[in-house]
Amino acid sequence: MAGAKEIRTKIASIKNTQKITSAMEMVAAAKMRKAQDRKNATRPYADKMRNVIGHLYHAHPEYTHTFMKERDISRVGYIVISSDRGLCGGLNSNLFRKLTREIKKQQEAGIQVDFCIIGSKALGFFKRFGGKVLAQATHLGDAPRIDQLIGTVKVMLDAYEQGEIDRIHVAYNGFVNTMTQNPTIEQLVPIIGEADKELKHHWDYLYEPDSKEVLDGLLTRYIESLVYQSVVENGACEQSARMVAMKAATDNAGNLIDELQLVYNKARQAAITQEISEIVAGAAAV
Amino acid sequence: MAMTIHVDIVSAEGAIHSGQAEMVYAPGVMGELGIAPRHTPLVTRLKPGDVRVDTGKEMLHFYVSGGILEVQPHIVTVLADTAIRATDLDEAAAIEAKRKAEEALAGQKEEFEYAKAQAELAEAVAQLRAIEKLRKIKKS
Repeated sequence: MAGAKEIRTKIASIKNTQKITSAMEMVAAAKMRKAQDRKNATRPYADKMRNVIGHLYHAHPEYTHTFMKERDISRVGYIVISSDRGLCGGLNSNLFRKLTREIKKQQEAGIQVDFCIIGSKALGFFKRFGGKVLAQATHLGDAPRIDQLIGTVKVMLDAYEQGEIDRIHVAYNGFVNTMTQNPTIEQLVPIIGEADKELKHHWDYLYEPDSKEVLDGLLTRYIESLVYQSVVENGACEQSARMVAMKAATDNAGNLIDELQLVYNKARQAAITQEISEIVAGAAAV
Repeated sequence: MAMTIHVDIVSAEGAIHSGQAEMVYAPGVMGELGIAPRHTPLVTRLKPGDVRVDTGKEMLHFYVSGGILEVQPHIVTVLADTAIRATDLDEAAAIEAKRKAEEALAGQKEEFEYAKAQAELAEAVAQLRAIEKLRKIKKS
């Protein structure tokens, strides 16, 4: 029975792999639900903040914060959000592909690029391909906290305030549904689209201590919350992408096992037939 | 029924409380604030401390480590920080993030190598396509 033993061990090993991938699929499915809830939970904060900023903006059209001013662009910053772990299909590479295309466009226009990295996969990517990385944060875990991001966002905002970079984008995977993730690059600073809200009534807040300080605190937190939202959304994408990838892997392992089982059975039968014919031939010779 | 004001307490990580109240007390940077319904519009920063919500029946306590309080005549919104914020603390976090980046990427080039990245990504995509094709062939 040549080869039968090898086939058997191969089947056993594939079965083990299949067990792992199906376990990973279930874990990812459970985590995905939580990640989606977390993503929805971040919404009220950003919405409220946008309202307050909208009010402030209308009450003080003469005072424009640096975060709201457009300027000429000679250098842009990208906050790149990726997952910490692999085995999630083309999630990260799709994002990087979109990003490299964008970077190429910028480089052709003579614009320099800086990066801020969140997640180990992006770190690995930029380690291989270079690029000026200002800050990084990795291993945020399944439930990222906003204080893990304060430092990295501050580095970028400081660079923006000092005029080292003239625009900040955030690149992450947008969650469409379980099967679809959409690599997204959005402009973060200067803040866009705040002025279009029509507010007719003219009233103003009392400010304590004063309007500038309040607006400063608000805008920083607003930007942080947007980055946090992106991180959480990317987390939901990671889990759903992993779930789909692991489901495909489990199915593929099943197919492989079926095929190998067939080969194994054929080999076994061939061996038996051969043995019988040998015995018969031996008996005839006697 | 006594006059009430709507209170929302939200943090970046999720909504904490939402409901009606007769009175809200909050630790503003300039001093403790008591907000009754029809308070004049106000925005202030908050110190770390206790936000108390008097619903008329009971007193609810929420600890905030800072944040921003927005008051409109019928709505109070507390944008709570979940992390303790201070200029030097933020600065330290920023320096930490920078240091990590420098450490992780020590000795690498400044310029992003577009061609190399694209080549590698194209290869990965080609591999994915090949796998897809194989899968289809197997199925049919």
